[in-house]
Amino acid sequence: MATTVEIDPQVATLSNDEILRYSRHLIMPEVGMEGQQKLKAARVLCIGAGGLGSPLALYLGAAGVGTLGIVDFDVVDYTNLQRQIIHSTADVGRKKLDSAAEKLKSINPFLNIRKFETRLSSENALELFKEFDIVADGTDNFPTRYLVNDACVLTKKPNVYGSIFRFEGQASVFATEEGPCYRCLYPEPPPPGLVPSCAEGGVLGILPGLVGVIQATEAIKLILGKGDPLIGRLLLIDALGMKFRELKLRKNPDCPACGKHPTITRLIDYEQFCGIRGEEQAVETSSADMQVEELKRRLDRGDDIFVLDVREPHEYQISNLGGYLIPLGDLPKRVNELDSSREIVAHCKMGGRSAKAADFLRKAGFKKVHNLAGGINAWADRIDPKMPKY
Amino acid sequence: MAKIHIPTPLRQYAGKQTAVDAKGSTVGAALSDLVTQHPELRRHLYTEDGKLRSFVNVYVNDEDVRYLQKEATAVKDGDTISIVPSIAGGCCR
Repeated sequence: MATTVEIDPQVATLSNDEILRYSRHLIMPEVGMEGQQKLKAARVLCIGAGGLGSPLALYLGAAGVGTLGIVDFDVVDYTNLQRQIIHSTADVGRKKLDSAAEKLKSINPFLNIRKFETRLSSENALELFKEFDIVADGTDNFPTRYLVNDACVLTKKPNVYGSIFRFEGQASVFATEEGPCYRCLYPEPPPPGLVPSCAEGGVLGILPGLVGVIQATEAIKLILGKGDPLIGRLLLIDALGMKFRELKLRKNPDCPACGKHPTITRLIDYEQFCGIRGEEQAVETSSADMQVEELKRRLDRGDDIFVLDVREPHEYQISNLGGYLIPLGDLPKRVNELDSSREIVAHCKMGGRSAKAADFLRKAGFKKVHNLAGGINAWADRIDPKMPKY
Repeated sequence: MAKIHIPTPLRQYAGKQTAVDAKGSTVGAALSDLVTQHPELRRHLYTEDGKLRSFVNVYVNDEDVRYLQKEATAVKDGDTISIVPSIAGGCCR
């Protein structure tokens, strides 16, 4: 195998305590003393301490990767605990960085943990990546995916990639010298709104475990220089069917990032590249938004308001306002069930899907349509604290 | 008849199926049959002027059709066509 990561094992020596700790590695010829010293000398940067970052950092730390950097600016919340196993219930409200560093230190006190409490950006990525040997991408959005890729290509650091949606995952190793990068596979991001986010679509809790552990495996193989890394291969993981498929990836000679004549020679504005700003503006506020307090007041007053719930039936079972259920995807073919002369308030979980529904209804000729700002979760926060949030 | 794998994010537009059998001797013809069977898929796979969207990758077996004959790539009975869209999830807040 062509070595993609050059790590000098001589720079790290193991104490007797470490030799005992890594005994099961040391007796394996594929690792041995030299490999374990390489692991100790290696520096891996994990982008995100969430679903993928949790198992990734835990296994890399346990395996003895000497320097683990973590970039995260988020705090732990209850909905994270279903899959982000580096955090525990007592950590809710704490910084993910602090929670993760504490767990890693308790597993392996020999680790050098470097905490970066920041949002990875075009301004800081290159400087940050230069201090590491491998970057592991566990982010949750397209702008950061493209940013990580381009910064890896520019700094010549392998990008150990993993991505998940519901019960399906992808993994690969991008941006090595001989292999393709993320842009060879996906030159452009999808337009905002076309691909649902995990917050909308959900994710099976075990899936980031599967995919994050594959990323950790790849990072360790790159450090050791052993085995066949996922370079030039995209692994597709279907947890529901428990099927693993593999697709061939090629380095695109015309790739704007890693091709023969790259046009991306510095980092760009990735929010703009992915069109995120436009989407936020469309969803955030609109004159036709209704606040939950106003809806409550008007329903109590007995106003004739038709509450339209555009979530999925399984979400309706978690909590509902007694609204009429038509999932957003079914709205075009079921629009005739609605009375355009009545005042309609559309809601979903957080206000994103219902904004689309309200927009669709207005275009279809409905005059009195409101979107409930913040969705049913805002209702649970501000009107009915007994209602479960999800 | 080729089998087209539908990825999770697009299943809601394909009657919630994981795979759809489609007729056609080329990738283009099979995809065209797919969107005829499931018209809602069309705008997710094609631009308004009828081109495959750039973030939708199509594979015949394990080969990217961009490196074969693109939509003119031949498919035979028993071949598997995969639609592989980009997904970004990881932290999932």
